[in-house]
Parts: sequence; structure tokens; C-alpha cells
Amino acid sequence: MKALKIQPIKNGTVIDHIDPGCALKVLRILKIPEEKKESIVSAVMNVKGKRGRKDIVKVEDRELDPKEVDKIALLAPHATINIIRDYKVVEKHLVEVPDEITDIVKCANPNCISNAREHIRSRFIIKSRTPIRIRCFYCGREPEDIASRII
Amino acid sequence: MDFSRKEIEYVLDCAEKMVPTARGEKTSDSLKGRIMASLFFEVSTRTRLSFETAMKRLGGMVIGFAEASTTSTKKGESLGDTIRMAENYADVIVMRHPLEGSARFTAEIARIPVINGGDGAGHHPTQCLLDLFTIKTERGTIGKNRVAMVGDLKYGRTVHSLAHALALFNTKMVFVAPEQLQMPREVLEECSELGASISVTDQLEDIIEDIDVLYVTRIQKERFPDPEEYEKVAGSYVVDCDLLSQAKKDMIVMHPLPRVNEILPEVDNTKHAAYFRQAFNGIPVRMALLSLVLRGES
Repeated sequence: MKALKIQPIKNGTVIDHIDPGCALKVLRILKIPEEKKESIVSAVMNVKGKRGRKDIVKVEDRELDPKEVDKIALLAPHATINIIRDYKVVEKHLVEVPDEITDIVKCANPNCISNAREHIRSRFIIKSRTPIRIRCFYCGREPEDIASRII
Repeated sequence: MDFSRKEIEYVLDCAEKMVPTARGEKTSDSLKGRIMASLFFEVSTRTRLSFETAMKRLGGMVIGFAEASTTSTKKGESLGDTIRMAENYADVIVMRHPLEGSARFTAEIARIPVINGGDGAGHHPTQCLLDLFTIKTERGTIGKNRVAMVGDLKYGRTVHSLAHALALFNTKMVFVAPEQLQMPREVLEECSELGASISVTDQLEDIIEDIDVLYVTRIQKERFPDPEEYEKVAGSYVVDCDLLSQAKKDMIVMHPLPRVNEILPEVDNTKHAAYFRQAFNGIPVRMALLSLVLRGES
């Protein structure tokens, strides 16, 4: 008998086609595990798919908001988001890297005005999509490790 | 600097028309009744004085401060609040601030034009424009030169903006610095993407014969943990008459100033020395900018 590695979920979000090895980063930006939450989160890594190896994350009882999807796009630009209700896929879309992101990444430059005691929102311009490169709107600095700078 | 080549050329043409007024040979009251807020949160000699002179040569007035310690910043006032106050007192803001991106932030929130007079290690766009103006007036053209930049290319903000701008004019460039102070990767990439011909070396003697412009910057002692290493590096990039004897007769030496030991005083009286004329050029270029942002014309 063929055993399922991960059970289907009743309600929630399935993030598919995450680049291999990036599932844990995706979990981190979704702030999983959440405190005092009882819903189940499962992640599989390096599974074989039609387009090669991939990671998958399933989050029960939670539908992602657009800002969370933007964050995922930065780390896993080829991912697909599936919203599940009553075991059925009711929405399916590819993540899309926007032209500009606000309040998602903190500038790595300690001398940047966006890190000063000012009423200011962090802003980054997308410089390249493959590979992902972003540039601080204010100081122009490019963070090397985007995942570690996500707010 | 975000200017296109066409925009740069327009500013430089305007600056050229300003030269007689900048020298005091002609008078102007084109900015009479207009007020410039000169907000210098960080010390400056040339930038602040030349902006103030530029405004006054055009008949305008100046308010402001030359260091943050005499302002409410010391009491903890934010930059945003300082700007919201200054925009009600003046028609244009000229600002120098220690934090990178501060000018862009100020331009975002202010209702009046903002000119960046240097933001930390970020940009110094008016220095870049006056450098281009100097190359144009001294050499007759910008693009058909081979420009060498020497010194601290890693941290020097003027050379980053200048390299980008020269790349827009397809100028050939050579970057002369020790490995630890070489031009950052992003700047090299940007110049290549713009199609500029660039090369990198650590030997000034190897290229001195072939260049038309030598742009010298100061190597700062605090960049080196070991003082002995600093002495060795700084000593290898000193411009003196002996070095210049190998250069083309019409090669010019530029420097954003202040200089310390990188150009010896003996060079000042040679025909190569363009750095004091370069410092004067800050006035017509800044007159052109003030006139363009306040009147839309020069």
C-alpha cells in the first residue's frame, strides 16, 4: 500500500513548488510555530515533482494575506499558493514579486535613515527577479541575505 | 544620482551661463525675495559656503545652521519635524545629514524642493555635477577622456556618483586603489551595464602616461586598523611633480578637497592643478540648480 507522506488538509493554505531547501525559511517568515495555536503545520522537503525537486508547506486553518504572499515571493519566487476549503482547492495562484515592497524587509545598513528614529516605512525596489535582488529606496544598499532581514 | 545624460547636460549648460555672475562680473536679482534654508547637520566648508554664495549672487537670502548641535536636534527633535518647520520658513532646502537616504526621505515629506548636499556615505550629487562641469570646461568635452580615479574608492561617496555619471557619457575609466579600497562591486557592475569601458589597477605609475584626468581622493586613516598599513598605502598614491613629469602635458588633476598629503603643494602651481578651479565651479553649478528648482529656468 502506498502511504501518503502528508495528509490532505480540510481548511487552510498549501504552499507548493517552494525551491528545495526553502521550506524552513517560509515557515520562519510566516512566524510558525505560532504560540497558543493548535492547528497543524506540515512541511516536506526535497520531494520529487513534475518540475523537479521542491518543498511543500501546509498550514491548516489559516489563509495567507497579500503581505504574507509578498514575503514568500521574495524567498520562493516559483511557489504556488492554494487556498483549501472543505478539502477543495478554491483558489490557486502563483506568487508574484511586486515592483516595490513596503514594511517587509529591514535595511541592513545601520546608517540608513529608514533605521533611524523617524516616522518612516521601510521601502525596497526590486532590482532583479531571477535571482531576487532588492535595493533600499532610501540608501540604495542591497541586502545579501534577504531572509534574515525580513521583518 | 538619478539624472539622465540629457538632464546633466542641461544643468551644465545652465551653469556655464552663470559663470560671469558667479565671478561677480555681472549682478543678478533673479531670486530676489526667495529664501534658501541651509540645513547642515554635518560640517562642511565648500558645499555650504558655495551654496550660500550661489543663492546670494542671485539676489536671494539664506537662513540655516552649520552644525546640528545648535538646533533642537540636540533636544531630540526628529529630522521629519525639523523639515516640517523649515519648509514653512523657506522656498528651498539644501541639506547635509550624516544618515544615508536622509535627503530622499526629506524630499518625500517636504512641500518645497530639496537639494542633497551630501547624505552620510551615500550621495553627493552636486559635487558630481561640479566635477562634470570641471571636466567639461577644462577639457572641452566629457566623453572623450580617459579618467583615472585614485584613492579611497570604496568609501568615497563622490567617486561612486562620478563613476555612474561618467559611464552615461561613455567615458573610459580606470580605478586605482589597493584591493581593500577598490570600487564596490555594485558600482563596477553598474558602469559595465551602462556600457562604459572600465579597468582596475593598484599601480598609479602604470597608467599615468595614458590618462586625461586624474581624480584624486583622500585615503582616510580610520579605514585601517594598522597605522603602518595606512602609511604604506597612503604613501603609494601621493601625486607630486615627479609623477606628473610622466603625464600628458594637458592632463588635469582634480580633487573634491579637503586634501591632506595626497597632492603635494608643489603641484598647485603646475598647469595640471585644476582643484581650486573645481572648487570655484561649485558656485555656478549650484546657482544653476537653485535657479532651476525655484524658477524652472536659469
